[in-house]
Formats: sequence, structure tokens, C-alpha cells
Amino acid sequence: MIKDNKTKDYTSIIQERIAKNSRKRKIFNNFMTVLLFVFVIIAIIPLASILFEVFKNGVGALSFEFLFSPPGAFGSGDGGIGPAIQGTLIAIGLASLIGAPVGVLAGVYLSEYSSSSRSFAYFLRLFNDVLTGIPSIVIGITGYIALVLTLGSFSILAGAFVLSIIMIPIVARVSEETLKLVPNTLREAAYGLGLPKWKVVWHIVIKGSKSGILTGIVLAVSRVAGETAPLIMTILGTSLFFSGFNSPVDALPLRIWRLASQPYPAAHEQGWGAALVLILLILALSVALRMFAQKRSITTFKGTT
Amino acid sequence: MPPKDSKNTHAELVKKLDLQNRKSFIGDKFFKGLVIGASVYTLFMVALVFFALADGSVPIFLKEGINFVIGTDWNAVEGRESFGALPYIIGTLVSSTIAMAIAVPISIGIAIFITEMMKNKLGTILSFIVELLAAVPSIIYGLWGLFVFRFWIRDYVEEPLHNTFGDFSLFAQAPFGLDVFTAGIILAIMIIPIITAVSREVIKAIPHSQKEAAYALGATRWEMVKTAILPSSRSGLMGATFLGLGRAIGETMLVTLVIGNAIGLAAIPTSLFSQSQTLSSIIANEFNEASNDLHLSALIGLGLVLFVITIFINVAAIYIISKVSKSYSNLRE
Repeated sequence: MIKDNKTKDYTSIIQERIAKNSRKRKIFNNFMTVLLFVFVIIAIIPLASILFEVFKNGVGALSFEFLFSPPGAFGSGDGGIGPAIQGTLIAIGLASLIGAPVGVLAGVYLSEYSSSSRSFAYFLRLFNDVLTGIPSIVIGITGYIALVLTLGSFSILAGAFVLSIIMIPIVARVSEETLKLVPNTLREAAYGLGLPKWKVVWHIVIKGSKSGILTGIVLAVSRVAGETAPLIMTILGTSLFFSGFNSPVDALPLRIWRLASQPYPAAHEQGWGAALVLILLILALSVALRMFAQKRSITTFKGTT
Repeated sequence: MPPKDSKNTHAELVKKLDLQNRKSFIGDKFFKGLVIGASVYTLFMVALVFFALADGSVPIFLKEGINFVIGTDWNAVEGRESFGALPYIIGTLVSSTIAMAIAVPISIGIAIFITEMMKNKLGTILSFIVELLAAVPSIIYGLWGLFVFRFWIRDYVEEPLHNTFGDFSLFAQAPFGLDVFTAGIILAIMIIPIITAVSREVIKAIPHSQKEAAYALGATRWEMVKTAILPSSRSGLMGATFLGLGRAIGETMLVTLVIGNAIGLAAIPTSLFSQSQTLSSIIANEFNEASNDLHLSALIGLGLVLFVITIFINVAAIYIISKVSKSYSNLRE
């Protein structure tokens, strides 16, 4: 009887302890869940604030004159960012002309022409990753030494060259990944019909994954559109409109930097306006190219059926 | 008549096929050459970066020698030139350390939350929003930091810290809002999406059996994360951290706008609220105003130092990540 009571006591004590313990564990589990959720909120607050401030402060600066005319006198708040918008568009366009084909072809090599054991492909992949990690300002210095000093002047060519170096590894990486997604049966079917390899790669593999490749290019372009540091030592920035490939031009990020560094509130407001234009530009670029990619993939789909 | 004709067509056909074969052969050669050419061009770019920097920094290393890396003086005045990079190396390390200390726990936490605790639509939306952060150009972070965040941090964090713990040297300096602390925090905000994205991939790659085993032993969700996810993804998360660190060290514009741009000895931070300068920000600040060739060469030399540091970090990151993906494929087998 006494013994029985004791066992009962022990059991209840153990049960109590387990209950207490598991309650603790549950509370701790909930605490961690909430903590991690707070982390997410912490990360989102800056984004919300940045978008809010850019729109709030930038909308006031927007006007027809602001978008299309050259900057006015220093600190006056007159004029606009016309040359900067123009320069950014030209620089991005030229950079894509070099960066997109080279990047895509390098991706094609990695996905279609290399076996993974081959050391050239290994080095290419490694150097590609290394190139992604090189700070953009260092690439800017390279452009300064390789092009600005050789050609004798700051130029949009040097700027575009530098931006293309930043684009290549991004485009190559995404292209490789998307091309690898093309099922092998498609390639085999094309070979079975007697197509030479280059036609298989071009007409089946590349055209079939066009939208993926375009996504990579869009990613690279939107990254490059906001680059400022490498432009300091290549295209320099001016307040004039484009006057030839061998002379300095302006760019939006560069203009934002100059405006923000001035001690005048009017310049700051213009800086916010330029930031808003830059964000809208990047947004528009990605939306437009994405729609283009979708449209094209639908037509190819129709063509094959 | 008919036999002759058919013979003719046959010959023609053979000729045609032959031509076509040769054409596709040439096409193959040409296309392969194009593809390899693009690859070689990519390799060449890395070499170009290195040789351009090495070539441009020869004069400064000839003049200063090892003093360029360990010196603390920075003077570009004609006749009294002296260039030492140490303050900027320290400034770079301090600002990125602050950034990493904030960004790593938050990013890994977000990655765990999105992949394990919020597998529904809300999780997808949250991860999309975090990815949006990565699309914002760094110059806009800088603008926001200079005109908005600077005042938040000064009034709500730095002032209270200074008033309460002002006796400690870490918080001794009167806060101004533009200092290594601000730069570190904004850098952290910028690299959170980068570290989060890689961490998510790492955590997703962990075999389900591991998680299920933890649950089967009665683990709560957090205990599962602690016992099944964190240990087996440790090196992958390390790789993600290194990638973020590489980005933080090389970031230029936002740092230039918020770090206060001190020069020489003053750029070595003595407290959290010191003005400082990083390798990249001093290049951006002085490149167009370089007074002579030696000054320019010194800035290019800073670029070389920065290049070497980031190469080390990135290669380490690549190595760690590649090792991880191998060990995962072993686990699955």
C-alpha cells in the first residue's frame, strides 16, 4: 500500500516534469517562431521606407522639363536630368550589345560543349564566379586603364565596356542553368533528324529556352542600370547631351550621387526625382522584356504545334 | 532517256548532300569557334582586371613599398606625398564586420522562416519582397541612408547609447549620424537578400529524411531546425555568409554617402560613431580629383588591395559551397 502510493507519486512527479518540460519547449518554439518573423519584418521595413521616401520626395520633382532638359546652374534647382536618362539608356544598350551575346555564348559552352570533367570548363566556371565577385569599382578602374587612358578621353564606350564586364558572368550563369533544363530527348530527336550540332543548339536549345535567357539578360541589365562606381572613372558625367561615342556623357546613378553631394535642398529634391526615375526605369525594363519573352515563347509554342 | 535522267538527278543529289554536309561542317566549326571565343573572352576579362590593376599600381609600390599597405598617412599635396592604405583597410573591415554581425543572423533566420515555418502563400510573398530588396540600386540605399536613415539612427539609437554608455570608449564619441555604425547597418540591409537567397537554397537541399527523423523523435519545430537543419547546413550557410561579405567589402556608393569620409589616420575608427573611410569609398571620392600620377597610382593600388581581398573571400565561398553540394549528393546516395 505504502509502496503503491510511492510509485504513484513518482509517476505523477515524472509526468508533471515531462508536462512542464514540454510546455517549456513549446513556449520556446513559439518564441523562436515569433523572433524569426520579427527578423522578416526588420528586413521589410527598410524596403517599405525606401520606396515610400523615393516616391514621396521624388514625385514633386517630376515634370516635363525635369525629364528632358539638361541640368541648370549649380544648386539652382533649375533644369533636369535629360542627359542622364539619355546617357544611361545608351550605356545600357551598348553594354548589352557586348555583354548579352558573350554571356549567352559562354553559357552555351558550359551547358552544351563541355563535359564537366574538362578543366577548361572548370576554370571558366570558377573565373565566372570570381568575375561576379569582383567589386564594380575595381572593374571601373580596369576600364579607366584599358580604355580611357588608351583612347585619351572619358567616353561612353569605356562606360559600356565596363558595364558589359559586370553583365557577362550574370548572363552566363543564368543561361547555363536554363539551357541545362532543356530535356535531352529534344536534342536527341533533332540529331535523329540529321541536324548538325550548331543547328540543334541554335534552333532547339537556345530558341527553346529563350524566355529563361531573356530573364538572365533582364537581371543583368537591371543590375547594371543602377551601377554608379564604375561610371565615375569611365563616363565621368557631364551636364551636356550625348555628343559622340568618344566623349563623356551623364548617367542617372552618377547624377543622383552628384545631386546628393551638393549642399542645396533643391538639388536634393532633384536627386530624389532622379532616384524615382531610375527605379521606374528598372521596373519598366524588366516588365517590358518579360512581356516580350512571354509573347515570343507563345509564338514558338504555336509554331511547333 | 529516263536512266540518264535519273543518273543525273542522283549525281546532283549527291553533290547537293555533299555541299550541305560541308556547309553544316563549316557551320559547326564556326559556331563552336564562336562559343569558345566567348568563353575565352570571359577568362580574358578576369586577366585584364588583374593586369590593369597591377600595371597601374607599379609606381606607388615602387615609391612606398610595403609601407603602402601598413602606412597610415595619406597626403596628396605635391612634394609631401605619402600614401598609406591601412586606415582604409581597417575601415573596410570594421564596417563589413558590423554589417555581417547584423545581417548573418537575420538572413539565416529569414531563410529558415520562409522555407520551414511559412510554407504557404504568405511565405512566397515574403520571399518575393525580400528579393525585391536586391533589385534596389545601391546608390538609392545611399540616398535613403543620407537623408532618412541617418536621422533615425542618430536620434533613436546612437543618442540613447551615447547618453547611457558614454563612459565606454565604444560609445564615447558624440554621434553625428554619418559614421561606421550607420554604414554597417545599411550595408547589412543591402546584403540581407543576398545571404538569404543562398541560405534558402542550402536549407532546401537538406534531405527530408533528416527533418522527418527529428520530428519522429518528438522534436518541436525549432528543435528540428536546431538539430536537423543547422548542423547539416552549417558549411553551406558559411559559404552564403562569405558571398555576402564579399559584396559588403566591395560596395562603394552607399558607403561613400554615409561613412563620413575621413582621411588618413582619422579614418581608423576609434568608436562605433567615428567617421571613417573604406577602400572603395576613397577611390570613388578621390579618383576624379587625383592631383598627379602618383596619387592616381595610389588609388589604383587601393583597388588592387581590394581586388586581392575580395578574390580570397570569393574563392573561399566558392570552395565551401562546391564542397557542400558534393556532400549533399553523397547523403542522397
